[in-house]
Amino acid sequence: MITLTFIALVTLAAAAVAMSQRNLIHSALLLVASWAGIAGFYLWAGAEFVAFAQILVYVGAVSMVVLFAVLLTRRSHAELAIAPASVKRILAAIVAGGAVLGALFGAVLSTPLASAAAPPPAISVKALGAQLLGRHTASVLLIAVLLTVALLGAVVIASTNSKEDAP
Amino acid sequence: MSLSPLQLCLLFSSALFCVGLIGALARSNTILVLLGVELMLNAANINFIAFWRYGPAPSPATGVLFVIFAIAVAAAEAAVGLALVIAVYRHRRSIQLQDANSLKG
Amino acid sequence: MSLSASSLWLIPALPLLAAALTATLPRSRAGLAAAIAIGALALSFLLSCGALVTALAAPGEHLYSNFIWFDLGLGTVRLGWLLDPLTALMCTMVTFVGTLIFIFSSAYMHDDDRAKQFFCFLSLFAAAMLGLLVANSLLLLFICWELVGLASYLLIGFWFHKPSVAAAAKKAFITTRIGDIGFLLGLLWLNDATGSLLFYDGGKGVLETGALSALAAQTTFGGLAVSTAIGLLLFCGAIGKSGQFPLHVWLPDAMEGPTPVSALIHAATMVAAGVFLIARIFPLMEADKLLAAVPVHALSVVATIGAITALLGAFIAIAQNDLKRILAFSTVSQLGYMMLALGVGAPSAAIFHLLTHAFFKALLFLGAGSVIHAAHHEQDIRQLGGLSAKMKLTFATFAIGTMALVGVPLFFSGFWSKEAILHAAHGWQVSHFPFYAALLGVVLTAFYNTRLISEVFFGHGRSRSANHAHENSSVMTTPLVILAFFAIALGFLGAPAYPWIPAKLSGEAAVHGHSLFDGVGLMALSVVLVALGVGAGFALYGRKTRTSSTARDPLEQALPRVFAALAARLGFDELYTATVGRLNAALATFSDLLDRWVFDAVIRFLTRLGQFAGIVNRETDEDLLNGGFDATSQSLRSTGQAYSRAQSGDAHGYLRVIAAGFVLLLLAVLLGGVR
Repeated sequence: MITLTFIALVTLAAAAVAMSQRNLIHSALLLVASWAGIAGFYLWAGAEFVAFAQILVYVGAVSMVVLFAVLLTRRSHAELAIAPASVKRILAAIVAGGAVLGALFGAVLSTPLASAAAPPPAISVKALGAQLLGRHTASVLLIAVLLTVALLGAVVIASTNSKEDAP
Repeated sequence: MSLSPLQLCLLFSSALFCVGLIGALARSNTILVLLGVELMLNAANINFIAFWRYGPAPSPATGVLFVIFAIAVAAAEAAVGLALVIAVYRHRRSIQLQDANSLKG
Repeated sequence: MSLSASSLWLIPALPLLAAALTATLPRSRAGLAAAIAIGALALSFLLSCGALVTALAAPGEHLYSNFIWFDLGLGTVRLGWLLDPLTALMCTMVTFVGTLIFIFSSAYMHDDDRAKQFFCFLSLFAAAMLGLLVANSLLLLFICWELVGLASYLLIGFWFHKPSVAAAAKKAFITTRIGDIGFLLGLLWLNDATGSLLFYDGGKGVLETGALSALAAQTTFGGLAVSTAIGLLLFCGAIGKSGQFPLHVWLPDAMEGPTPVSALIHAATMVAAGVFLIARIFPLMEADKLLAAVPVHALSVVATIGAITALLGAFIAIAQNDLKRILAFSTVSQLGYMMLALGVGAPSAAIFHLLTHAFFKALLFLGAGSVIHAAHHEQDIRQLGGLSAKMKLTFATFAIGTMALVGVPLFFSGFWSKEAILHAAHGWQVSHFPFYAALLGVVLTAFYNTRLISEVFFGHGRSRSANHAHENSSVMTTPLVILAFFAIALGFLGAPAYPWIPAKLSGEAAVHGHSLFDGVGLMALSVVLVALGVGAGFALYGRKTRTSSTARDPLEQALPRVFAALAARLGFDELYTATVGRLNAALATFSDLLDRWVFDAVIRFLTRLGQFAGIVNRETDEDLLNGGFDATSQSLRSTGQAYSRAQSGDAHGYLRVIAAGFVLLLLAVLLGGVR
């Protein structure tokens, strides 16, 4: 419980600060910390494989993509610090987010959730692999196709297709 | 009132979800909006793992498989989303989300 | 190597695959298309040889393999493959002759820019024909039968930009359709009477004793046995497809197609499908033979039609001037012989003649193709001449084919098969008409073939194209040589001394050789008749060859009116135009009048009524309704504008609304207690 609370607090804090940073690069780095915290949660919950997938995909890959996006879309150092958003929108956001938070908390706390104290369901990586390539082969193939299409789509969208588009 | 571990996990994920939501709503930088959405997705994944860990009659692999597929989809989404950001930036010289409003009715 | 009945489907499947493949090729890859078509058919030939091995191991049995095609609520439709010596021999013949003709075509069609389609159609034809041969179900046979008709239509009309070609294709298709209606009716009746269309099905098939005796025992209108009626209806299909009297008119016109097509379809294989059909359902045709009380036996009709056709074809062939048309009428005549043999109860003789005929007629047509190709598409025998010196190989092979067709004794296959037919006709108890018709046919065949050879190959060239003809490439001559070899060799497998093919066909395991001179009197008679025909032909045409292309035919000088009648093909086309055509035209005129004066008047009245209603409508509309519509439209437009304001284009706004909606839903669930 204490470990969980600690992980949760660290993750939430990193995420919250990341969302409020002015410097985009700082935001990205803090988000990496937040994702790593989530990976820690997975480890704590006993889903090692997912934890490593989280680290590989988010901490490793997505963060790099984010950094590249940041670098590709900035024109000068001065613009790195982006202009503050309008107060009205921030207030609206906090109100909306607070409402959602309240509703969710209310829902979670008011629901009697049976919490089994049993040991975590053990799933070995081997068994997981057998499941993935056994019962769920079709899904894996679909995901593979999806990833390929997304990759190609990303390339097509981001590529310069005419001279005037080039920065 | 004592919290069960499952409830704590769910509160954690709810809080993370709201942080992501507030970020996505408040920030005008498209990249940060995307990252907020990404955080919301992660919160959903946390829920999967929480229910897998503590939920009634857990099947040994279901939650984990869900998360794996969700991560794969999220990765695809991030790649396409950021590519879109770059494309919009090329076109409009801006990554402010409110500048991309050609679909205004 | 042997092939079981259950894998028999491979034989038609390969050419079908080739047809599908060539259909998808680009137009420029004609060479590749030819290679695919030839390769697939050659493979089918090997498989057919395997099937032949299997079939000959048990010649008296019918090996079959049935399967369920589809399941209806009330019953299942079953198809099957059948393997017996008849199937196996026919398959081997079709694939072998077909392969040779495909090879010949690859040279003949070389300059045609639609050659790719040609090979696609050829493969389709081969697939359909082979499917027809291996079918163990009258339904499957009928399906392939129609596919064969379609392929024939496509191939006859291959050069469809010529109006005569398009007309010939249509004529062939429609004429055979007339026979096919009979086939279809017979098929339906058979299914109704026996509940099955499978030929052999472990005692329940239509060609097995149970069904046959039941069919023969019932009688229908006019005292006919049901089996006779069904058999005659099915025979209608055979009449159409095999160019029998009175539906023979399409076959000579089908010669408008490319010559390899004539060789393959309208001489060797497809037209033999009718003969094959009757041989296949022979047990059904002869089911009534022991009934004494019936007015007519099915086989007697077959024999009579066959005899008439044999004579008719031979007579008309005498007075034709188009090289391919002469061969076409000789095909009609020979098909008549086959039907005659079936009718007098000798299916093995008929199939033996079918096989030998396939080889020597394919040889003759390919030889004709070789001549036509060399002489720049000159087909009129009056314009040709003197080709024996210029095209030695073609001449030699063509002569072999002709001698086989005429029945020159001892060394040519046609002699032995014709001899078998004459024997069977002689032994027929019912009537002697077929026998005498066959004998007269022998003389006529010898006569017109002598005329053909003399006109085309002897004397002097009578046109520029004949003078400039030269021998074709080896791609075209090699198939001729191979076919010529078989035109001779096949005879030794069916001669009375070693009647291998007839014995296997009638299901005997061992071959009982007779003396070579069994029935020597009859043989001597036919030799004399052949000599008579050849001698007469030589006297008229060979001794003193034609000097110019416009000179009158010697026979025309002697018997001008007879010759003119024969040249006009005894007026069958005119007769049909005058009767069937006029009836059709009258019906069309009647329909036209009906349409114009009755239906049209009604419609015109209705139109007027509609117009009047429209005028009334318009008046009401413009004054009363339009105002209301305008108001509605205006209000719709302003509502749309109001809604479009919600489309702010601001992603944040959308997201906020989603969040608010989510909260509201959740609150509704929590407070409202919806579970």
